[in-house]
Amino acid sequence: MNAWQITGFTIATAGAATLLMLPPGLLIAWLLARGRFRGRVLLDTLVSLPLVMPPVATGLVLLMLVAPRGLLGPVLARFGVDIVFTWKAVVLAMTVMGLPLLVRTARAGIEQVDRRYEDAAATLGAGPLRVFLTVTLPLARPAVAAGAVLGFARALGEFGATIMIAGSIPGSTRTLAVAIYSLAETGRDRDAVVLVAISATIAFGALCVSNWISSRAGLRA
Amino acid sequence: MHVQLDRPVTALFGPSGAGKTTVLDAIAGLRRPASGSISIDGRVLFDRARSVDVRTHRRHIGYVAQEVALFPHMSVRRNVLYGRREGQKLSLEAVAGMLEIEALLDRSVPQLSGGERQRVALARALMSAPELLLLDEPLAAVDVERRRRILPYLERVRDDLRVPIVYVTHDPAEARQLANDVLVLENGQVVGREL
Repeated sequence: MNAWQITGFTIATAGAATLLMLPPGLLIAWLLARGRFRGRVLLDTLVSLPLVMPPVATGLVLLMLVAPRGLLGPVLARFGVDIVFTWKAVVLAMTVMGLPLLVRTARAGIEQVDRRYEDAAATLGAGPLRVFLTVTLPLARPAVAAGAVLGFARALGEFGATIMIAGSIPGSTRTLAVAIYSLAETGRDRDAVVLVAISATIAFGALCVSNWISSRAGLRA
Repeated sequence: MHVQLDRPVTALFGPSGAGKTTVLDAIAGLRRPASGSISIDGRVLFDRARSVDVRTHRRHIGYVAQEVALFPHMSVRRNVLYGRREGQKLSLEAVAGMLEIEALLDRSVPQLSGGERQRVALARALMSAPELLLLDEPLAAVDVERRRRILPYLERVRDDLRVPIVYVTHDPAEARQLANDVLVLENGQVVGREL
């Protein structure tokens, strides 16, 4: 077992997943907080679904989408993209599972931004995108940051969906959570405990960052 | 209500709940009237019957609301420059000089007093080169002494920049001092007019 390789791989994929979930996550959070359109409740439900569905089930849905014979398989193949049982599958599973936490936290932050600031920006000639980037987002920044940290933490611990579409290939798709399961299953409890300690340390650090952001925001308000 | 405004400064005067702010919101595009039309200088901004509804950011209307809503995460300077339009002839220095806010430019918003906020909000609206300026009780949040000091700034905007102004107030003395046309509103209706 190479604990450092596994740890580095997990942090790198969770980091990539967090970056990947930010653009769609912020767009969806903004749509849910400020938009008035048909299908708003449907969008809200769809995004939150991975929170309440068994992660393994979410993984199976993803597999049915991106597998070579899946719904999007042929399209991905045309672009030469191979996802299943690669590190990309790990990132995809982490992104989908972390997204709801980011969206919910960011949405709450955006809803708290006083609309008068956005109205004022609009009367000064700023279109919706500029209003969002220069007024809404900076004012909702603590919530967005806290949401991103939560999404990152969720990605670190992702197991069910990952094992479905990425498997547990040592050195290529094995994350901390998956490795802990594989080691415990094969009776290597001692190795598993080392990884549990590493996971706990990272999770502790992530929560400290999240709390620090929240308390700093509290002081500034 | 059907009115044509053609004087430099029009005051909307009336008790609270008369619909003064609603009128300003509708002109700025922050509120959609159930019927009717709004146009400036022949440019139609809103017409329910013809489904015209120009978005707020394309209306070129400056609006200093009662709660001035300066962006709290930006310096005064960045606030004032936020809406500066390409080809704007008016310089930051000119506007800051006229409203005497030069010394405030590098401060943060929470450091400003009520009267300072009003002047900064006015400067910010002016820098966007509006074709019409809407002022919603700009003096309501400041005490009588400050009021006496801010009023001349509004007169300068009126006389030097010649931006037409629609001005909401419930103070008859203020209405008369600044405006050439006073509309009296009650329950959403114009019940009187003093030219």
